[in-house]
Order: sequence, then C-alpha cells, then structure tokens
Amino acid sequence: MLKKITNIGDCGITCDFGDEVNKSTNKEVIKLFNFIQQSVNTRKLKGILNYTPSYNKLIINFELGQIKSQEIIEFIKSSDYSKINLPENKKIIEIPICYDEEFALDIKRLETKTKLNFKEIVSKHLETNFFVYMIGFVPGQPFLGDLNKGLYHDRLDTPRVKISKGSVGIVEKFCTIYTFESPGGWNIIGRTPFELFNINKKDTSILSPGDTVKFKSISKKEFGSFKNE
Amino acid sequence: MNNYFKVLRPGINSTFQDLGRFGLQHLGIVASGCMDQLTFCTSNKLVGNKISEGALEFAYQGPLIELIGETVLVAISGEVNFNIIKKNGETIKGNPNESFIISNEDKIDILSTINSVYGYFSIFGGFKIEEVKGSVSTLVRAKIGPNNGDKLKVNDKIFFNKSNQTDNLKKIQYNFDKDNIIRVMKGLQADYFSKKSQKDFFSKEYKVTKLTDRMGMRLEGQKLENLVNKNIKSEGITKGSIQIPGDGQPIILLSDHPTIGGYPKIANVITADYDKLVQKTPGTIINFKLVNLSVAENAFQDYVRKF
Repeated sequence: MLKKITNIGDCGITCDFGDEVNKSTNKEVIKLFNFIQQSVNTRKLKGILNYTPSYNKLIINFELGQIKSQEIIEFIKSSDYSKINLPENKKIIEIPICYDEEFALDIKRLETKTKLNFKEIVSKHLETNFFVYMIGFVPGQPFLGDLNKGLYHDRLDTPRVKISKGSVGIVEKFCTIYTFESPGGWNIIGRTPFELFNINKKDTSILSPGDTVKFKSISKKEFGSFKNE
Repeated sequence: MNNYFKVLRPGINSTFQDLGRFGLQHLGIVASGCMDQLTFCTSNKLVGNKISEGALEFAYQGPLIELIGETVLVAISGEVNFNIIKKNGETIKGNPNESFIISNEDKIDILSTINSVYGYFSIFGGFKIEEVKGSVSTLVRAKIGPNNGDKLKVNDKIFFNKSNQTDNLKKIQYNFDKDNIIRVMKGLQADYFSKKSQKDFFSKEYKVTKLTDRMGMRLEGQKLENLVNKNIKSEGITKGSIQIPGDGQPIILLSDHPTIGGYPKIANVITADYDKLVQKTPGTIINFKLVNLSVAENAFQDYVRKF
C-alpha cells in the first residue's frame, strides 16, 4: 500500500510503501512504476524526467519548468492504478554462473559461517527463483532476492577495492551481479560471463525490476567459451 | 575539406555534455548532463545554437585545441582565462561569454576557470558527436556517451557540423552568483539527526573539499550526529541530495550520482542554487539556508528568467 508521498527538494517526490522489504511491497512499487512509465509514454503525464523504483519506494523526478510536485501527487492520488491492466515484468531469465574457486572468493568463509559445504551452498543458490527488486547504483546492476535463509550473511567488514565485472555476490537476503568492475563489500560466490548491460543495445539492460532470475551452473571451460547471444 | 579540432592537450576533465539523458534511472543510468545549466546554455546562445545542443564541458584547466579546416564561429562561457593563438604565432587574450571566429590552424588554449570550476565551449552548428539513448552527455564511469564515453584525450579529433555562418557575433552579460549561501529543503531523513545537528547544519559553515567531482561534493564542517540509523534501505537518488554517511560529514550528490543509495539525507539543494553550488572551488566556505517548497518554486521562476 502507498503510505505517503513526500517532496524531495523542488524537483522530486518519493512514494513510500512502508518499511518492509519483501516481494509483495516491492510488487506494489513496481506496479506504480509501471503506471507512471505508461502515463509518461502515453503523454498523460508531462515533464517527468526519471522514475526510480527501489525496495520500498518509488522516486519520481521532474522538470520544474513543466510540472510541479503537487500536480504529480494529485495525479497519483486520483488514479486507481491498482485496477488498471498494466504490462507486468515477469520474464524469467536464466543466468549462467561459474562457482569455480577462482571466482568464488568468499565461498570458503561462507562454508565455515553457514556450516554448509560447497555443494550445499551451490544447490541452495541454484534452487532459488530470484525476484528482481531493483536495478541501479551503477548501470544495470540488479538486486535480487530472496536467498535461501541458510545463506544469509553480513557484508564484508572491509570492502574489496576491486571486484571483477560479472561477480555474483550475496549479503543478507539479497544477491547482486556486478555489471562493472567496482569496489564492493558483498560475499562473492561465483561469476557470470553473461553481459547484463550494454548501452548500445536496444534493450540496454537484460533485466527489469519485477523479472525473475534463475542461475544455471557452468564449468570454467563453458565460462571461457560463453558468448552472449 | 575535413573540419575538426585537434586536441593538443585534453585538460583535466573535458567531456561532451547536454542537458542530460533521461528516463533510464530505473536501469541504473543517471541523467548526467552539464553541471552548470545556465553557463552551458549561455555558450550555445552565444553561437546561435539551440540551448540544448551538445557542448564541451571543461573543469579547471580546459583543453588546448587546434582548428584544422575552415573558419568557424565559437564561444566559451563561464569565468574563463583563455588565449587564441593565431597561425602566425600571435597570442590574443580571449574574452569569455562572447562569440569569436577562428581560422585554420589557429589554436584555442583554455588555461583555467577563474574562481569557478566549469566552463563550456560551443561551436555554431554543433559538434558531430553521436547520441547515446537520446543524449550526448558523457558518463565516464560507465563509458556511456560520445567519444566512447570517455574524457578528451590527447590527439583526439573533435568533428563538428559544417556551417558557413561566421558573422553573427554575440556578447552576453554574464553575472556569476558570488554569494556562498546555498538554499536547501529538508531531506527525507532529516529527523534522523539530533536537534543540535539539524540546527548546526543550517547555521554553521561547511567547507568544500578537494574530494569533489561530477559525482559528488564532499564537505567538511560540524560533524552531524545520527540518532536513528546510519544506513537506510537503498532508495533512488535525486541530484542535489545531501547525504550524511557514518563519519557525519555531508556529501552533496551531483550530476553523475549513483542512481540509488543507502545513506540518510538531511537536505536537498534547490534547483535555482544548483549551478551556483557546482561552481564552488575546494576551500570555499558555504552556508545552507533552509527554505520551503514555495520559496524554492519561486526561486526557480527567477532562475529561468536568466536563460
């Protein structure tokens, strides 16, 4: 449920769906996100620059010269978008992952912490249908959930300075895939050769908020010869 | 004849920018775009372009470029110290904020911005640069934009759209906002901070540090005390948001900000004061002034009149 709408400066608003981070809250966020996107595409709503869903919030940025926050707030409040038939993001995308020790930097530590062996960690990771909560921080980086409870683990105390592109990391109930080489504090359990983000393609990001991800284990040899289709 | 500028020295951070790349923040792509919109639009106006035409943004020291080709009309906006070095070796001091003509094998040497950070270089007819997802803005961190998403490099060639018009010289009276008061509205998590810290933030001085770039501006001043939680659930970021990480020192998120973030935000810079803010050089002491939405919206009306 949309709990409240608040201004962020003079050119943004945040639609707050409460403090819970779970699929059902996030689905509400994505529903409003889809509605705003559709309203922008059909020109029912003008002056919108960006709309950014996260776990429990949707942030909308607009051009102050074209529309004011009050008009957008009224537009949202007067729309019964829950009844509107919106295109749902429900693609299921299979992402190859190689759990070879060269890539799975933190799996040994996870074995000790979770009291699971390598095989059990991998099978728990593979059995999950991951929901795409949001995409961002850097281009194309997905935040997926929810991990099998047995794999819940804290962030690294000291983040790594450099994590390779394609690395798959877990923290708490979430899983992410680094789409660019970057610093980071997630527990790295494998790497994918799959290119999730390419600015020059029509579909810039393979994943969208609301999609489902299923990992598929590949060998190091398959990793080396993998090509995005 | 092939017309282009040869880059003899790229400058510190010279990138092509326009007003930004919108509608993709949900995929992690920040709008980017010129840092100082008014100065950016001024450079386009000076050469008779539409104000949204892509221009070359430079920071502190700009590029040294040589024209190879026919005479063209160009302009540099901002508070900028630059020279025009004629083919015969004669050096003429350039005047920013008025258009000028340069000819084959003339050089433009953009030495530095003066008490400011960003300046812009425009050419009549625009640069011949490739749009990426509807914009020529450059996001170097993700290699998105023209010039392979990169800063200018030495020996790059800057091509431009050929045009014959060279007689339409213009001058624009240019007034930088000199004061150091930045108006802000209350942030989403302002009440995470102690009453004293909220008061401190809006009354004490903050210094712009060297850790400032297109992504963000780190400040130094009275440490702010978070009573609730040093992290929040990651949420979408708006340009001009002022976040307070664990060390209690503010970071203002600027045009190339991450699209989502997990630090509480105490305030947001109003649109009308953003250009003024980004031009503040390291060492500058700034003060935040708390205003409400209607003050911010009225200030915006005054701001757009300057365009």
